[in-house]
Amino acid sequence: MAQSIAPPSSVTSAPGTAVPATLPVKAILPWAFFFGLLMLVLLYFVGAEQGATSLISGMGVHEWVHDGRHLLGFPCH
Amino acid sequence: MNSSTVRTLLVRGMLAGLVAGLFALVAAYFLGEPHIDAAIAYEEAHSHEHGGEAPLVTRGMQATAGLATALLVYGVAIGGIASLAFSFALGRVGRFGPRATALLLSGAAFVCVYLVPFLKYPANPPSVGDPASLDKRTALYFLMVLLSLLLAVAATTLGKRLAPRLGNWYATVAAVAGFASAVGLAYAFLPSLSELPKHFPALLLWEFRVSTLAVHLVLWSALGLTFGHLAERALGSAVRAESDEKGMESPSAAAPAAN
Repeated sequence: MAQSIAPPSSVTSAPGTAVPATLPVKAILPWAFFFGLLMLVLLYFVGAEQGATSLISGMGVHEWVHDGRHLLGFPCH
Repeated sequence: MNSSTVRTLLVRGMLAGLVAGLFALVAAYFLGEPHIDAAIAYEEAHSHEHGGEAPLVTRGMQATAGLATALLVYGVAIGGIASLAFSFALGRVGRFGPRATALLLSGAAFVCVYLVPFLKYPANPPSVGDPASLDKRTALYFLMVLLSLLLAVAATTLGKRLAPRLGNWYATVAAVAGFASAVGLAYAFLPSLSELPKHFPALLLWEFRVSTLAVHLVLWSALGLTFGHLAERALGSAVRAESDEKGMESPSAAAPAAN
């Protein structure tokens, strides 16, 4: 799984003070867009669905995550 | 090659989030659930409706499987987002290695995602909060989360700009002071909410709110430490291989940062 990254130039210039190489924004953006969106959808279902807004009818989701919603600090009801 | 590093970090972030969710679940079950039960008991004792209909989800399920679902899904989601933020922050916020970056980032996230919104719109146990105002409370809460995240990004950018002139220490102090002032302004101008039922036990409200703080503290600490460990292992092998080749000392023996 472990992938190598571009060698950090600072290692060669300043011994002992290794600053990790930065990852290029172009490599991050596609992951950030699709997975960021997916993660936000998950957060929405845990934190807000069937509260102020509803995508699924009924109260099943709200009731199931009820305690978690209270203890994570989301406005619940 | 770099894209697969981002993917590796994303997978490890979600994994670390799952671990953090498990720790938070333990905290929530033992510290938070007793207060939820007490608040529901209060609600039932003071409710005028005595509807006998069966609940959609029983209390037992809410307090166990339901709670676990909420915390684990939340953990995986914030772990994924945090790993993406980490991919961007690594090497860009200062001379911090993967572990320190992960812990600093999760500490900042705890402050922005929970502490700052909490101080204005604290968590409420069942029976506190008027259902009629839920829309307004939800909008204000998420606005506060978004605002504090944007302010933190702005403060970090400001700090980086000031660093060459003021040095790292005073640039950081200035950035944090700017963040705190802006948050203070937001607190002053956003509407306050107080919808406490009369005679609701003050101690119960306080203890419930502190328990939510504990849940988040456990969650974000566990995320920062676990993800830092996994990220260091994912990234460190490359760095170590590089420095061994050149006969340098290990990057983990980093000297104190300049300034």
